[in-house]
Amino acid sequence: MENKKKIELYRSMLLIRHFEEKLTELCRIERKLPGMVILCTGQEAVAAGTCAALEKDDVIISNHRSHGHLLAKGAEPNTVMAEIFGKKTGCNKGKSGTLHIAVPEVNALCTTTVVGGGIPIAVGTAFAQQYKKRRQVTVCFFGNGAADEGSFHESLNMAALWNLPVIFVCENNVYSGAQRMEEHTKVKDIAARAAGYAMPGVVVDGNDAEAVFKATTEARLRCLAGEGPTLIECKTYRWRGHGEADHQAYQPKDEIARWMERCPVKKIERELLAAGAISNQEISELEESIAKIVEDAVRFAEESPWPAPLEALDDVYV
Amino acid sequence: MQQITMGQAVRQALAEEMQRDPNVFLAGEGIGVGIHESPVMPTFGLLREFGPDRVKDTPVSEAAIAGLAVGASVLGLRPVVEVMFNPFFTLASDQIVNHAAKLRYLSGGKSSFPMVVRVKTGAGFGAGCQHSHNLEAWAAHCPGLKVVMPGTAADAKGLLKSAIRDDNPVVFIEDMGLYFFPTPVPEGEYTIPIGVADIKRPGRDVTVVTWSKMLGVAFKAAAILSKEGIEVEILDLRTLLPLDKEAIITSLKKTGRLVILHEATRTGGFGGEIAALAVDEAFSYLKAPVKRVTGPDIPVPFSPPLEQFYIPDEHQLVEAVKSVVL
Repeated sequence: MENKKKIELYRSMLLIRHFEEKLTELCRIERKLPGMVILCTGQEAVAAGTCAALEKDDVIISNHRSHGHLLAKGAEPNTVMAEIFGKKTGCNKGKSGTLHIAVPEVNALCTTTVVGGGIPIAVGTAFAQQYKKRRQVTVCFFGNGAADEGSFHESLNMAALWNLPVIFVCENNVYSGAQRMEEHTKVKDIAARAAGYAMPGVVVDGNDAEAVFKATTEARLRCLAGEGPTLIECKTYRWRGHGEADHQAYQPKDEIARWMERCPVKKIERELLAAGAISNQEISELEESIAKIVEDAVRFAEESPWPAPLEALDDVYV
Repeated sequence: MQQITMGQAVRQALAEEMQRDPNVFLAGEGIGVGIHESPVMPTFGLLREFGPDRVKDTPVSEAAIAGLAVGASVLGLRPVVEVMFNPFFTLASDQIVNHAAKLRYLSGGKSSFPMVVRVKTGAGFGAGCQHSHNLEAWAAHCPGLKVVMPGTAADAKGLLKSAIRDDNPVVFIEDMGLYFFPTPVPEGEYTIPIGVADIKRPGRDVTVVTWSKMLGVAFKAAAILSKEGIEVEILDLRTLLPLDKEAIITSLKKTGRLVILHEATRTGGFGGEIAALAVDEAFSYLKAPVKRVTGPDIPVPFSPPLEQFYIPDEHQLVEAVKSVVL
């Protein structure tokens, strides 16, 4: 990977990390957020690595742990933050909150919190891309828990049958709610299920952004060559709880610590420093500029007005 | 005027809309090559006419079929997908209830989902309760959806064309009992607006609000009652959501009496909504209690005498009408 591209990847991950850490602060310390918050801290490499392999016109379908996906796809931090605050200026006018953010401007067309609910929709967007003969693909993000849903199996079967240009990205963060992987399925790798639908199943280190980027790039080329879908399983770890209200008592402390040592942001940072692609000084400057973007987003959200109650009645029908 | 069945009318609507708009495609189980090949079935011959890119026979995967429609519609296609029998709506319902109905709202009005889910329904086929179960009230309980349930072939054609052109998700429920009997359908291009009820028979004494196959039962009862000097006004809702409240209230102003007739089971049925509307917004016009004639609160039974017992008939309706008139 070229250094320039890799620095972009690093920047994308840093933005997600700062954004999520700020939300933890707002949520736990200041109690400023109106509702549930679900974070992807520690999983930045999956979102950034995948989206770096996509074009703007490519579609992403996301799940409840969506902030990283949206920011990596190019969503504006200001309007995403305002949406998490429930403000009128939010990208969905306060209708979706943290859980269901859609940013059609960057083709992030659906975030769904029904576990597995986005997978059939990704089949639909990929079908439309194929039907309209566009050189575009759909990426569907979901967790290891979603791979137990019927919708996963129906969708992979249909997508493979019709050679649809869709990449199923399973973000395996070890947990499904409070259940560890071995408590919710007998398979060691979700990617093994791809064989049941005659599609390639790939396991990658989900904390290695470059590896995720390469796997997605290959899968995208397969899609564009008319060779159909790929299931990519990114092995990563959920640093935070399911949501910020989660006590996390079921996650062993030493396990969390071990995975934090494998921090995906630090990993790419070390690699860039070792390659001489970036200096410590440049890293500090980058961190500062990103911290400012996030501070600005919070200020924008805080200063934005609430929606008027009657706006609840808008946008149900066209 | 041509005499065709509702199945044929639906087929005409599908074919005309597919010719008109290349973004319209069909998907469902056995809609191309099915186990029942009959010219009265709604998708008969469409695979031959439009080819496999636009008429997609799918695996038996209702969630994926409905999700296919959601995803394809947000990118501008106009999918018409089929749920083979109404009870299988349950398998597709996450996509319809949580996604098709809500994603526009969740996008803050930025996205739209112009899709149609055609659902076949109706008791009377000896198919039992997992193939026969009218669940229109479930769908009508989901803001964001439109719910259409035609009672004639002519209405089915015009309403389905409107549903396909509508930018919102529409659940279009077809009673298979109407697939087999030819009725008059206008020649040529026409549409019927969604959300507009229709007085199928004017009358001064009692308003019978009904929809779908029960329209025929209402006509039989009206003929019997007319001989006894009671003139029934039959108001065919055609669309449950959005509900044409105005039409119901206007009719009640005239008759002052209301009987609601539907095949679906009674408790939690859509008839309760109509009764509530009458009490809320037309109470001063009512001269008698509101009555409902519905399926009993049981699953649709299999054995012919049991199944016939389930389906509301004209005698029950005659009795109900007399109870509010006399």
